[in-house]
Amino acid sequence: MRYQVIHTTTYEYSETVPLCHNQVRLTPRGFGRQQVLRHSLTVAPRPSMRREWTDLFGNTVTYFSLEQFHNRLTVTSQGALEVAPWTPPNLTQTPAWEIARDDVRAARTAETLFAAPFVFESPFVPYWPEAAEYARPSFPAGRPLAAAVMDLTERIHAEFVFDPRATTINTPVGEVLTYRRGVCQDFAHLQISCLRSLGLPARYVSGYLLTDPPPGQPKLIGVDASHAWLAVFVPSYGWLDFDPTNNQIPGQRHLTLGWGRDYGDVCPIKGTFLGGGTHRMQVAVDVRPLEEANPQTNGGPRG
Amino acid sequence: MSATEMAEAQPAGGLFLDYAPPPDVYDEVLGADGRVRDSWQPFAQVLNGLGPAGLLHRGDQVKRLLRENGVTYSTQGAPQGPDRPWELDPIPLLFSSAQWQTLARAVEQRALLLNLILQDVYGPQNLLKAGIFPPSLVYGNPSWLATAKGLAPLGSPFLQLYAGHLARQPDGRWVVLADRTQGPTGAGYAVENRLVIARTLPQDFQSLHVERLASFYIALRDTLHSMARTHRDNPRVVLLSPGPRSPTYFEDGYLARYLGYTLVEGGDLTVRGDQVFLKTLGGLLPVDVILRRIPDEDCDPLELRADSPLSTPGLLQAVRSGQVVVANGIGSGFLESPALLAFLPAACRILLNQDLQLPSVATWWCGRPADLSYVEAHWEELVVRPAFVYKAAPPISVRLLSPDERAGLWERICRRPDRYVAQEEVRRSTAPVWTGQQLQPWHVGLRVFATSTSGGFNILPGGLSRVSSPSAPLGNSASAGQGSKDVWVLADAPVSQVTLLHTSATVLELRRTGNDLPSRICDHLFWLGRLTERAEGLIRHLRSCMVRLTNDWEPAGLEELEVLVAALSGEDELAAERRAQTKSLHTLRDSLWRSLFDEAHPNGVAATLLALRRTASVVRDRLSIDGWRIVNQLDLSTLFPWSKETARLGDVLLLLNHILMLLSAFSGVGAESMTRGPGWRFLDMGRRIERAVQMLRLLRNTLVLPRGELIPLLEALLEIGDSSLTYRYRYLASLQLAPVLDLLLLDDTNPRSVAYQISLLREHVERLPHEPTVFEAPPDAKLIAQSERRLHQADVESLTAIEAGEGRQQLGVWLKQIYTPLLALSDTITQHFLTHTGPARQLGVMARE
Repeated sequence: MRYQVIHTTTYEYSETVPLCHNQVRLTPRGFGRQQVLRHSLTVAPRPSMRREWTDLFGNTVTYFSLEQFHNRLTVTSQGALEVAPWTPPNLTQTPAWEIARDDVRAARTAETLFAAPFVFESPFVPYWPEAAEYARPSFPAGRPLAAAVMDLTERIHAEFVFDPRATTINTPVGEVLTYRRGVCQDFAHLQISCLRSLGLPARYVSGYLLTDPPPGQPKLIGVDASHAWLAVFVPSYGWLDFDPTNNQIPGQRHLTLGWGRDYGDVCPIKGTFLGGGTHRMQVAVDVRPLEEANPQTNGGPRG
Repeated sequence: MSATEMAEAQPAGGLFLDYAPPPDVYDEVLGADGRVRDSWQPFAQVLNGLGPAGLLHRGDQVKRLLRENGVTYSTQGAPQGPDRPWELDPIPLLFSSAQWQTLARAVEQRALLLNLILQDVYGPQNLLKAGIFPPSLVYGNPSWLATAKGLAPLGSPFLQLYAGHLARQPDGRWVVLADRTQGPTGAGYAVENRLVIARTLPQDFQSLHVERLASFYIALRDTLHSMARTHRDNPRVVLLSPGPRSPTYFEDGYLARYLGYTLVEGGDLTVRGDQVFLKTLGGLLPVDVILRRIPDEDCDPLELRADSPLSTPGLLQAVRSGQVVVANGIGSGFLESPALLAFLPAACRILLNQDLQLPSVATWWCGRPADLSYVEAHWEELVVRPAFVYKAAPPISVRLLSPDERAGLWERICRRPDRYVAQEEVRRSTAPVWTGQQLQPWHVGLRVFATSTSGGFNILPGGLSRVSSPSAPLGNSASAGQGSKDVWVLADAPVSQVTLLHTSATVLELRRTGNDLPSRICDHLFWLGRLTERAEGLIRHLRSCMVRLTNDWEPAGLEELEVLVAALSGEDELAAERRAQTKSLHTLRDSLWRSLFDEAHPNGVAATLLALRRTASVVRDRLSIDGWRIVNQLDLSTLFPWSKETARLGDVLLLLNHILMLLSAFSGVGAESMTRGPGWRFLDMGRRIERAVQMLRLLRNTLVLPRGELIPLLEALLEIGDSSLTYRYRYLASLQLAPVLDLLLLDDTNPRSVAYQISLLREHVERLPHEPTVFEAPPDAKLIAQSERRLHQADVESLTAIEAGEGRQQLGVWLKQIYTPLLALSDTITQHFLTHTGPARQLGVMARE
């Protein structure tokens, strides 16, 4: 499947801003099943300087500064991606979850060492016993890792309510677990926290999700959303994605931007500015297939 | 023990007779046999030569020098609290040349090792790959920064300045309690201690061949200069301080001045393009090297702690692009993790192929199962502290805990073993400290310093010793301590003189402008000027009032005195004078006393002097040593330590005269020893605005609503305006309102007149740099012109008239018309330079879906 993605972020300031510095992670990654056909990142007004570098996790970071007076800042990321069809491994054929845990703990191979940064707590994902406790029923002794994680994914999907008003980005995972409400970021952080509390490496994936309009209505521009899910390290297979918000293993409708230990590592736009008074932010994301393909409805995926 | 043995075992006697170190620790001076150690023999003779009287004298001299130089250390966690005076023992800690060489070589090896560790964990990570470091020591450690990996080019050095906190164990071996690598402090206090002690014991300092410290600072400066990627001939190096709220702010300023660097805070720096600039009055000046004294997390809100108030947005990008070098490198806080101490011997064998010469205090990291079992077995002998973040919590001595507390701690450790280390409890050595009456064995901490050179590390031949009394042992805490000692390394032969001046190999470009002054500093200097003048005006005013309390004015002069006292409160509205009820002499006295002594009185002397000292301390590196000494004395609690309530009028008058003299001295030092750059202009603008506004307010508050006799009031006004003498020369004894107003307001040959202040202000504003920088709109010269026009428009004679029931309303209106634009000018200056350093704010986070 080929997709076009347009992701526009606009900041409007009530007073003039003389100077701002920003860091943007909006360049989609190419890897195994995903290929970046083209991509451009446009900033208006034109930045005084702009640099790119690659972070520890392999994501492309764009840094730019505006050194002229401005009342509005627009960052537009536009790209075309191709996601190849792929088949997840047979979940019951993956190694027992304890093996995965012990492999990473021993960190004897280059592969497991590579997964090591994702097994420890990070600012948005603390270890805490309640998370391990919550996860425990999905992880009986000897259960194949991927099957256990899928079970946990299903449980989170079934037991938690999708509620954009329940949380903010600063809501601790503990509260999400208590109130059983949140959005994709919360569910991803929660599941990562569960897995890491058991000693399993898990990473946060940020990206987009193709959504379908309600039957009989045209697709509106800008209604798609940034999305987040997670990936688990499966020994001798690699990273396998899971989407607790939609109870599935991401397939061709999930487009990957980048990954890190948690949201903080892949935050799409960070910035500081002087002056500016109050500011308002608007985000519009549009994802659509580049060529006509069979729309696969999948129980109304949510972002 | 026989009598002869006792006599033999006596050290040089005298002062050491009653000196009894505890038996189970190492004493720096006395050996186990009770004899003075060889390396201390010559100095012990010096001490005994001085005797108690001599030491008492030296101790007082040290205190006085420290107070004069204003050496302070803020008590942590109390940003508004008073600065604690720095305490220094007159007796240094001694090392023979041979002892020191051994220690210095071991410190150098450790610094080399630590630098290699940083290069590895932020580079190829061979220690991880080889299994020397477990992944949790790095990835599970919040002091290891993902963003620092690959930040600087591979192989760049991380450590330019290293400090080790050392303790000597009972067996005489030095061990490291903590490695300080983010912004190591203490190297400035070490110099200050040395200057004071060298002045206190000048002959002994010469005859004992004490190694000089300056060569170390020259090496540090050479290292920093050599790191500059651009402007290599004369790079701009700044010292980045956390600001006045930091406990070591005194030292930041001291070290900056000693090294010849500009002292800056995060807000003084700005990143434009790839480059870091210093925001100055004259525009933006490129910065090549930053010697930082702020922790990693406070360096850049974009990539590190987002809400840090100390940070500079974009700094890491500038480092990444290679246009600026930060010393020590970003990420070096990793080395401060206590857990690392358990891995240094192994890392040393891998990276240097050597055994670690300077051991750390024995440390077990509970994240390793074998270590955890050891900790369980030896639980009660150990001290527990957080594994990763050095300052997160103080060490806990297990044996001091109740059984319940122990169980609770053990449970916490078992839940998250990787978060804890346990360490052997340190029993520090003792050394004699002069308490004022006798020598007492106090516990010793030694801070050593290393700076990188092209081939290795240069070790400061000396250091900073922290000492604490037996009742408050330092224990495993590395930074505590009540007092300090200078550290002497005794060379075998006379040492050569080194000074930090005249060392640059390159010829400096001649520079005359002072436009590289940080804008923030200008704002502070401006307020320093205002506060100095405000204090002076207040004191003159108070003095005039108090003199009249002593005269036999009562009852005839009571009303005039009331007017004067009411005007002192500085109330802008005339309401005070409308209160018609007559006060008693007694309530007037109370009111004067409050104006002088009450710190809560917003327009009082005590509060003004306090604000003055605070403001001066912020711009300390811009004041001459003499200027600072004077400011430091402007403290009512030391100038007048006696009871305020019962103070006699005569004593209070003496106090006022003394303060006035100090203030004049401070103004004189400012006038004579500051270059006429922008800094001086701001200081002087502050003075001029304050002087003009005060005079205008005084006249308005005393003359507009006339009460009592005019003549005594005019006499007082001339006195407060320091113009009595001039008036008498011109008009002899005939006191009239119009000539008084002319002299105090319009006469531009009178340096106290308002006209004089305004003409100087005009000159200052015209001469300020007007190069357009990003935010600057120059202070409005129009405001001055407006004020000046009003001033010269008036016909003084007609203004003196009293209208029935209205008083001198016209005079009031006129005076207000002159001072309103001046106050507006002050506001524009303040706003203008404050916006310049306005705080950066965060963009909102992405909408959540």
